[in-house]
Amino acid sequence: MTDVLTKFNRTPPQWRPRVTPVALEDATPEQLEALQVTPSNRKVSAYVLTLAHDVEVLKVRSPLFNAIMYDKGGMSRAERELAAVAASMVNHCIYCAAVHADRHATLEKDTSVMDSLFANGTKAALSPRDRAIFDLAYALAQTPPAATAAQMQAAQGAGLDAAELLDLILSSSLFGWANRLMHVLGDPVREAGQ
Amino acid sequence: MSQTTLLHHIGATPPEIAAALEHRANIIAMTQSAEDAVLIPRETGAWSHDLRHALAARIARLHGLGDLSETYGARVNDPALAPVTDPSKDGAAQGLAHVCAFMDKVAARTRDVTAGDIKGLQDAGVVDADIVRLCEIAAFLAYQLRTLAGLRLMSEVWT
Repeated sequence: MTDVLTKFNRTPPQWRPRVTPVALEDATPEQLEALQVTPSNRKVSAYVLTLAHDVEVLKVRSPLFNAIMYDKGGMSRAERELAAVAASMVNHCIYCAAVHADRHATLEKDTSVMDSLFANGTKAALSPRDRAIFDLAYALAQTPPAATAAQMQAAQGAGLDAAELLDLILSSSLFGWANRLMHVLGDPVREAGQ
Repeated sequence: MSQTTLLHHIGATPPEIAAALEHRANIIAMTQSAEDAVLIPRETGAWSHDLRHALAARIARLHGLGDLSETYGARVNDPALAPVTDPSKDGAAQGLAHVCAFMDKVAARTRDVTAGDIKGLQDAGVVDADIVRLCEIAAFLAYQLRTLAGLRLMSEVWT
């Protein structure tokens, strides 16, 4: 038995697709290449097998995702995770929020920021810099995007330079993308009782 | 950096922002590759290049980015699909009411999407691969439109 999760928490759940993923034995050579399947590596998540239905996008999405979240310079990796969590809270993507809250906590060696966000939502107690990052990322994730000049200036005032602000915009926006796949195409689930 | 839809619509930026964009030129280039994969793929499934651009124009309009909506709308060659670019039209006249309703919800009310919305498409005869394709269109646009909105705001307030 599995339960579909409906509340934010920091423990990454499983993901159960709402459509039938590509079966590895039926995958085309292009799909196998995008999935990076080799004779010694045949482990592919249900999520990636689901996205393999649109292999042209999958091929470009993965390196773009990695560049926005992990490339050197600019805003710190933990702060990019904070922006990702802010967008995921707007879109109520339980899976993305959990995975990226867990990464933030690991990078920061501190769970308090994420615990406060999940307990108190937008009223969480945050440092001035985290507050400026969260507020801008959260507002940008609304539809239509609702970020204001005051929020951008607050982020500048909190010390973010142009490179960092660009990374903040990119990481929040990227989760506008990721959330619309994860939250729409599947459910976050956990074995009952876990 | 070579011209991309994103850079074209951001327009001129203060030198500090231009330098930041140059530093992330790989991301800007990959963003254009992603737009191409979403809007002009080799394998279209059930969704033609024209329809994809019409849906992109519709979603840009839902995000309040009229100029980008115009850009995408101008690439719709089939006049019968022109009404799809307008979010006030439900797509029924084009036989696309189920597609427009789904795309509007994924674009603008993401948090409210449920398993029932996917089931609704399946019941309407949309195959799973085409459901994933629709989601990627809405999802990529969510990213590109916010990146554009954020960079415009940043340029506007830059001192």
